[in-house]
Amino acid sequence: MILGAGWTFSAPALASEITGAGATFPYPIYAKWAEAYKAKTGIRLNYQSIGSGGGIKQIKAKTVDFGASDMPLKPEALEKDGLMQFPTVVGGVVPVINLHGLAAGTIRLNGAVLADIFLGKIRKWNDPAIASLNKGVRLPASSITVVHRSDGSGTTFIFTNYLAKVSPEWKVKVGNDTSVAWPAGVGGKGNEGVASFVQRIQGSIGYVEYAYAKQNKIPYALMQNKDGVFVAPEANAFKAAAAGADWQHAPGFYEILTNEPGKASWPITGATFILMHKVQSKPATGKEVLSFFDWAYTNGDEMALSLDYVPLPGSVTKIIAHAWKTQIKDTNGKTIW
Amino acid sequence: MKYDFLKVPTSLGNHDNNRPGTNHMSNSLSTHRTRRFRWQDRIFRGATRVFAFIVLALLVGILASLIIGSMPAIHKFGFGFLIDDSWNPVTEKFGALVPIYGTLVTSIIALLIGVPLSFGIAVFLTELSPKWLKRPLGIAIELLAGIPSIIYGMWGLFVFAPLFAEHVQPWLIDKLGPLPVLGPLFQGAPMGIGMLTAGLILALMVVPFIASVMRDVFEIVPPLLKESAYGLGATTWEVVWNIVLPYTKIGVVGSIMLGLGRALGETMAITFVIGNAHQLSTSLMMPGNTISSALANEFTEADGKLYTSALIELGLILFFITFVVLALSKLLLLQLGKHEGKKS
Repeated sequence: MILGAGWTFSAPALASEITGAGATFPYPIYAKWAEAYKAKTGIRLNYQSIGSGGGIKQIKAKTVDFGASDMPLKPEALEKDGLMQFPTVVGGVVPVINLHGLAAGTIRLNGAVLADIFLGKIRKWNDPAIASLNKGVRLPASSITVVHRSDGSGTTFIFTNYLAKVSPEWKVKVGNDTSVAWPAGVGGKGNEGVASFVQRIQGSIGYVEYAYAKQNKIPYALMQNKDGVFVAPEANAFKAAAAGADWQHAPGFYEILTNEPGKASWPITGATFILMHKVQSKPATGKEVLSFFDWAYTNGDEMALSLDYVPLPGSVTKIIAHAWKTQIKDTNGKTIW
Repeated sequence: MKYDFLKVPTSLGNHDNNRPGTNHMSNSLSTHRTRRFRWQDRIFRGATRVFAFIVLALLVGILASLIIGSMPAIHKFGFGFLIDDSWNPVTEKFGALVPIYGTLVTSIIALLIGVPLSFGIAVFLTELSPKWLKRPLGIAIELLAGIPSIIYGMWGLFVFAPLFAEHVQPWLIDKLGPLPVLGPLFQGAPMGIGMLTAGLILALMVVPFIASVMRDVFEIVPPLLKESAYGLGATTWEVVWNIVLPYTKIGVVGSIMLGLGRALGETMAITFVIGNAHQLSTSLMMPGNTISSALANEFTEADGKLYTSALIELGLILFFITFVVLALSKLLLLQLGKHEGKKS
């Protein structure tokens, strides 16, 4: 008996460990996958959620086996540092509203109006621009308080990316980044900061990660997508946006899923990414990392959905596996996948 | 009275020469043993000196790394950084005016409210409180000082801000908003968060520090002085104002500086309630930003050399503000010292 126990203990100790660092948004699902993966294979994933910026710095410095970022790096930036990237899960950003107890999904907005609200141009809830989208809803004459993130964030990147796509004025005046110079409003730290401000301030509008809005039951707005349909933020709507994207022809998987076509697509969607070096000096470890994500793509969908992340469609994971085969090599130029 | 204090250090300073007993025992002690004492003394002195210099080295090190880190921003923006109110990570144009303004305004509000409050607490505890109440009240104040600042922040956001927005801010906006000079400070929407809320939370946070130090210094006033004044027919107020305060002014100024130091550097509590907006507004109801909360919010995700460097320069500015405050308090004490001993 004692000998037997010794055996089972020594087996995991022999197995290797893979390390990663970066984005905080996917941390819960990576942790859940890692736990299940360790139970199955004995390989431990050590993931530190230090923020996307930190993840990019760490993988460039080669202190970790993979980096994670909510913001995809541009193909040129990947090329410069010899990196490749691929998406893992999809999430959505949701406009949340506190307007005299109006229920979720009562207010309908489109991109242009949302941009004008966040630009501080639309200041009252009964503004004609909002009223024309919400016929039959009694809108109060109260003023709008904009709530945004005060810290740099991938959520902000996706949100401002959408606003820049739908509003030329936003693109010129504010732009698209993980933190921007907000023309109006108050800043909350983290999703929880924005959510608590929105819940506390009458007539406020903010934006949070979908999982956060869902778990805290904050009233959201319906958004009009590129095809003109008003959609609710739901797993299927994010999946539709991810499926609509042209991953096949996006170099370095540089694809931001905002304003994607498709009748069911949620317009403010974004994927979170993994960064790896194209040339793996420790090919065995590199292969372990890829095995982990391969396993997650095939077995992790249920777990992702249970935490309100949206898994990638099978058509996309096939393209990713192909990219691993053609792009990640060991020092001799031999493919490791 | 002052000389009583001075005597202690002088006698300590002469310790080497007329250590009591040394003269009696020097004959019986071997020269070997005295030599050992001398060595021990030398090592002890050296060690303490090293410890003291570590502080100096740390200070110089921090200052040097702040200056080196902020060089790119200093080169790019020059002195304009101090008076520029823009903060745009996309175009990489940064200015420190908004955080500097927010830091100073919230600290001033904190002191305006915190100092009189603490003074009242300290006077009550030392002069007026019944004996059985002194100890529990004193302990309560010391416990307040030990509460982590994030608790103040969360309490401020979840409990204080909604109440403040519902019951106090509308009144302030209605009644004070239309006033000619003070008016602009109190205009805007009642959001519950903003610079005034941040200042009020800060006031609560500095009270335990200021009050406990004030109480301690009030307690060292010799009863003889106070009793003489009471005997001459002085009221409690006259005793506090004419005897206790003049006797303890150094300690009182010190306690206020301690509170100001905490207010200037406070981070987490402020971040929760100030609204974190890089906007310059005259109204205290509007959101703003402070140096330390800007750093806490933005440092982790600051990509780009200039962005990081601008944040480090903010840190450098806070360093200088603190230094200036300390220097001013020393000057103030020197001014006060000049009038020492003169008949008022």
